[in-house]
Amino acid sequence: MQCSRFLVSGFCGVAGLMGVLLPVLAADQTVRPGSFYMSKNLQALQADDIANPGMLWVSDGESLWKQPVGRTQKSCASCHDAADVTMKGVAARYPAVDAESGELFNLEKRINTCRTRHQGAEALAYETDELLALTAYVAHQSRGERVKVHIDGPAAPFYEAGRKRFYTRVGQLNLSCAQCHEANAGRRLRGDTISDGVGSGWPAYRLEWQTLGSLHRRLRACSLGVRARQFDFGSPEYLSLELYLAKRAEGVRVEAPAVRR
Amino acid sequence: MARAPVRISMPDEAKKGEIVDIKAILRHPMETGYRVDNVGKKIPRNIVTDMTVTYGGVEVMRWKLQPGVAANPFIGFSTVAIETGELVFTWTDDTGQVFRESRMLTVT
Repeated sequence: MQCSRFLVSGFCGVAGLMGVLLPVLAADQTVRPGSFYMSKNLQALQADDIANPGMLWVSDGESLWKQPVGRTQKSCASCHDAADVTMKGVAARYPAVDAESGELFNLEKRINTCRTRHQGAEALAYETDELLALTAYVAHQSRGERVKVHIDGPAAPFYEAGRKRFYTRVGQLNLSCAQCHEANAGRRLRGDTISDGVGSGWPAYRLEWQTLGSLHRRLRACSLGVRARQFDFGSPEYLSLELYLAKRAEGVRVEAPAVRR
Repeated sequence: MARAPVRISMPDEAKKGEIVDIKAILRHPMETGYRVDNVGKKIPRNIVTDMTVTYGGVEVMRWKLQPGVAANPFIGFSTVAIETGELVFTWTDDTGQVFRESRMLTVT
């Protein structure tokens, strides 16, 4: 295992010891949702719809869903009616290729394209409360549904790009996603447990941020952590990685809005 | 943006003498006053300092909040159903902003 100064010497020592004492997790072991690695208290916080702070954004999203916007003065509900029916299961199928543009869309990009294409409104910036609220509201409708994305046909090149990114070493620490989230999932990294690298809980309320955040914000934090280049929110690099993560997490249930450390 | 900064969970009805569990969360940054922005300027403190709950005009719960309380303060508490009345939840923050929300409790 590659040790680095960033991971503090204590981690390397402890991890090295654990390698002797604990059976090494097989790489093909079932991928688990992020909540699996959280404390019982945090799992309870996520499961309680009042205590889970992410539900504040879901409430906001519910009112935004019905609010007319843009030139056309159409709301999301004008076309999509009740989100609990029409949006059920949608988050579990995303990211997906948009037939019209041939581009890979995640929920954020789909919402923004709806705004520019059909509502005559401006696209919302990533991490604004409005976009987070709408994304959380749409994703929440799929809570409990199992992730299942398409990776064939037009999605194949995106999937391949994402897979490559997952296994490519990057940054000053020279680590790939897989070295933590596949080879060492379930082990300790500093004060936290390494997850399987699953995006099914996002947008999630991250305690470190004290706010809801998108998956791309989380990926940027990962990139920063290994001292690699951070790509833009909604960049093709993160979008294809998001697709790979979703395929990897096939069968895991959507938890949005999750609570994460 | 139409905001719903408060979420409250409690039963609409309760039997007389029954213990009623109540949960409430307020959306608030709880800015501690100890942080600086990216040019080194101090971010002024803005925390919720007080939360009170009255039931039929009588105070049943008071919470003094400190800067150590995380953003979006959540609290769970209980009270005894005495008579049909309104529960009024009030939060006050450092800027003087008051958040108020009420729920009816029907006692049978």
